[in-house]
Amino acid sequence: MIVSTLSRRTALMALAGALVARNAFATTDQAREWLANHAKGAPRDGKVTLKAPEIAENGNAVPLTVSVDSEMSDKTYVKALYIAAEGNPNPGVAVYEFTPMSGKAWVSLRVRLQQTQKLIAVAEMNDGTLYSGSREIKVTIGGCGG
Amino acid sequence: MADDIKPRLRVPTTAKKGEVIEVKTLITHPMETGQRKDGDGKIVPRLIVNTLAVTYNGKPVLNARLEPAVAANPYLAFFVKVEESGTLKFTWTDDNKQSWTAESKIEVA
Repeated sequence: MIVSTLSRRTALMALAGALVARNAFATTDQAREWLANHAKGAPRDGKVTLKAPEIAENGNAVPLTVSVDSEMSDKTYVKALYIAAEGNPNPGVAVYEFTPMSGKAWVSLRVRLQQTQKLIAVAEMNDGTLYSGSREIKVTIGGCGG
Repeated sequence: MADDIKPRLRVPTTAKKGEVIEVKTLITHPMETGQRKDGDGKIVPRLIVNTLAVTYNGKPVLNARLEPAVAANPYLAFFVKVEESGTLKFTWTDDNKQSWTAESKIEVA
């Protein structure tokens, strides 16, 4: 009896493992690679803030706001902002290019999230320095229309 | 279907000199990811709005390059610093190189 329960559990776990393995999602490494291809160098932590609900019930449209602490003057401004997702079929989300005329390095958009995952944003300043921030979002129903 | 695609804007019509104003945009577009399958199990080809370019009096303000991870009917909000009266111009372009434009005039007091 015990043996049969155990083997059933093992079988179920093996099945669950196979289902997870079949879905090809972006990984932390792919997200990092995507970011590295866009922003050359090692980003420092800080200055970049991501705001999103802690739990997103519907992954089809998750509100996301990304802001970068910068005075946005002619001398010092955020040149670009790269947003990546660690658990979507593709790691890229969006790239923003700012000018001093943007006034504020702040953007709001709605993103699709396939599953619970971490979003990472890297800001590139006009002098080339990089800053990054991230946020984990729990997703109840994935939204990539699989 | 492409005829249904319509840009929408929410931009203040007046501002003070040097004010940083919030701009909200939305374009009705399915943002087909290229991941979805239709009823016959065939993959629906990717068709997304991949760029939004914003200029003020012809000068670039902001450029957004979007990936399939941006939700359908992409809503994008951001800020613009206005020093003089002028026209904000928005241009969305999709994977088929089709583009849509919208303009909004701002009076600076």
